[in-house]
Amino acid sequence: MGPLIPNGLIPVEWNYIIAIFIGMAFGYILEASGFSSSRKLAGVFYGYDFVVLKVFFTSAVVAVIGLYYMDYLSWVDISQLYVQPTYLWAAIIGGMIMGVGFLAGGFCPGTSFCGAAIGKIDAIYFTIGLMFGIFIFAEAFDILEPLFDGSNLGHITLPDTLNMSPYWIVFIFTIIAVVSFAISDKIRNKVKKVFY
Amino acid sequence: MENKKHANRHVYWNPYFGGFLLGLLIILTFYLTGRGLGASGALKSGVVTVVHTVAPNHAESNAYYSKFIKEGESPMNNWLVFEALGVILGAFLSGAFTGRLKFKIEHSPKITGKRRLIFALIGGTLFGLGAQIARGCTSGAALSGMAVLSVGGFITMLSIFGTGFVVAYFFRKNWI
Repeated sequence: MGPLIPNGLIPVEWNYIIAIFIGMAFGYILEASGFSSSRKLAGVFYGYDFVVLKVFFTSAVVAVIGLYYMDYLSWVDISQLYVQPTYLWAAIIGGMIMGVGFLAGGFCPGTSFCGAAIGKIDAIYFTIGLMFGIFIFAEAFDILEPLFDGSNLGHITLPDTLNMSPYWIVFIFTIIAVVSFAISDKIRNKVKKVFY
Repeated sequence: MENKKHANRHVYWNPYFGGFLLGLLIILTFYLTGRGLGASGALKSGVVTVVHTVAPNHAESNAYYSKFIKEGESPMNNWLVFEALGVILGAFLSGAFTGRLKFKIEHSPKITGKRRLIFALIGGTLFGLGAQIARGCTSGAALSGMAVLSVGGFITMLSIFGTGFVVAYFFRKNWI
């Protein structure tokens, strides 16, 4: 039963080979979907291109339905999958800083790798900025540590927190995603086209 | 023929097709490794390695760098570093097959290339800082977190995109 490597069904030596192939598929999908273009990515915030919303929500819905279905079939034990811990204020404030960074720079880390890979100089600058930002965080760690390590709520998931069946949550999430796709198409038809 | 090739440069996959494949890839990644995808983690390993090489004492005494420094093992020897190398390779192949490989600065006609690069640098710096505070970026925290219904994943996603919509007005000249 999965996950395969943590349960010793695939030797751990394969880990890095698998990492490269998974990364290649990730990069290929992002680039082929247009995520190497900052003006395409930024479109979601101005209503002229919703590719970010569509790819992001479609993949999250497919992944969550697939993982829960595989759990139901006992192919994978969902309780063994890594859920990152929720540090409430770190997630909120970190997310806000990332949001400003997204609008200023037009990329996020994964997409800037894709842009850089096909020769976008703005993406290379963004990636250099990322490393600089990580450096600043590490150097200012003493000041930021209370935020970073405070408000730890543990490895919580929505089913625990809302005390609901995960299947209902997945169902509601899917409906929200489909409705957002319909609304985004309506908005896009009203907004002036931007060519890039 | 040349004209057709040029026109193809901007033809991307249908977003639902791309999203579906990305969803399958997330499932496969969790099925094999028990964890999700990531991106910013690889750069963190890079920064730790550089600082540890340039100023070893400083890195070892810093409470953050020292979390990732192990005796006799490079921080680059990390799953996310290999994954990120794969991302670059995969994106390069996609760009090569579709004729999108080209050195250029992509920017709105209303701004100069120089302004675009300055904002890219500032945006990257902010994103790098935010991703460390939130323990992950759009890939590792938001996308992979949402796939396992992590509360933190949903909060990070809402915070990134919510803030994006709030501040979009101030950056409009850069994009539209």
